[in-house]
Amino acid sequence: MCLAIPVKVEKILADDTAIVDIGGVKKEISVALIEDLAIGDYVIMHVGYALNKIDPEEAIKTLALFNEMGVLEQAIDDHKTHDHKVQE
Amino acid sequence: MKYVDEYRDGKMAKQIAENICQAVDADKVYHFMEFCGGHTHAIFRYGIPDLLPENIKMIHGPGCPVCILPIARIDSAIELAVEHGVILCSYGDMMRVPGSRRRSLLKAKAEGADIRMVYSCSDALTIAKDNPDKQVVFFAIGFETTTPPTALIIQLAEKQQVKNFSVFCNHVLTPSAISTILESPEVRDMGLVPLDGFIGPAHVSTIIGSQPYEYFSQEYQKPVVIAGFEPLDVLQAILMLVQQVNNGTATVENEFTRAVTPNGNEKAKSLVADIFEMRREFEWRGLGLVPYSGLRIKAKYAEFDAEKRFTLTPSKGKDNKACECPKILRGVKTPKDCKLFGTKCTPENPVGSCMVSSEGACAAYYSYGRYQLK
Repeated sequence: MCLAIPVKVEKILADDTAIVDIGGVKKEISVALIEDLAIGDYVIMHVGYALNKIDPEEAIKTLALFNEMGVLEQAIDDHKTHDHKVQE
Repeated sequence: MKYVDEYRDGKMAKQIAENICQAVDADKVYHFMEFCGGHTHAIFRYGIPDLLPENIKMIHGPGCPVCILPIARIDSAIELAVEHGVILCSYGDMMRVPGSRRRSLLKAKAEGADIRMVYSCSDALTIAKDNPDKQVVFFAIGFETTTPPTALIIQLAEKQQVKNFSVFCNHVLTPSAISTILESPEVRDMGLVPLDGFIGPAHVSTIIGSQPYEYFSQEYQKPVVIAGFEPLDVLQAILMLVQQVNNGTATVENEFTRAVTPNGNEKAKSLVADIFEMRREFEWRGLGLVPYSGLRIKAKYAEFDAEKRFTLTPSKGKDNKACECPKILRGVKTPKDCKLFGTKCTPENPVGSCMVSSEGACAAYYSYGRYQLK
């Protein structure tokens, strides 16, 4: 029920509405709950209403967080392999 | 799709799962509750239990507004359509939920009632404007995510003076339900539901922010990690909870910073506060009467309140005795513990609400659980 999807704002219309792109499909939704909306912003859409803007910098940071740990693990693994080879 | 695909990457999922396996203490068992049905659905759809070590147990919470709506409210919605002859507009999720005598909105519609499935509450207002000689009621359900759109539509109905439109309000609040779970004897005294931490809701939190969860971490010493609904978000949140348990901390962390801020959406919150007020108590399927857990329409908008416009007969509708939904919603039992699961109760012919909504634990087990390895 609370499911919502990220959509891209393509055009801002009158009466707090906007045209958004949903993976190629265009739809008119309400943006009455959003302040300072700009074309190109991504918003989270739920039952035809934009709930909030997506912060692109924070999105990159979260991806980096997944990656960081991954890279760290990889580095440890590489180190282990390296040590192993040295011992051989 | 941007902001979706990159959070579903299979390789990265394996990597985070590996990080979890390395982080867990083999001598401990970790019990985490995902409050939200959206997380329950994601956990099963993406096979997350198969990626987790044996000593992490996920408990499914009551965060599905379809599942927790008691039979009496469904009976009232059917009464509005059948007895009062209104055009009842409902989100699709509610159509097949069984009320008393396994009657549902869909069955009432088949019998001739004018019940219409809408995608958005604004569709309901349009239907009202198109049918000025009929009463049109919007069957409003949902958590904090779905409440602001309902508030907007009531405001618009007043502005446009749509006199034949009203709202049957069943909006509920997340924090009071979490309190009830933490205060329940099963968690506090009997130890039937051990809880070491919560995965906090994604889209509810975009509205209310991360701040309301501070109380749980402080008062009950339980860590909370707010997470997005994509599989990598859920895995990362589990990792963060494991780390908190290992370090003995209980703080609110936010994994979903791309959409959740500490204060949430102020515009939406003030709009909701203008239109709605708390009910002293509201009945939840599985949890019973929960204090200050539901919203009603304020007196100044009373003309749009279907409960004031129509006289509804109090229903004494009771759940099917064999149905374990109430216990499943409290995390005491799992769907597989229910005798009706998968035999008498299926998504096509549901007995209990948890089998109806795709976010209900039973529907998730039924749809995806059979592919699980363990």
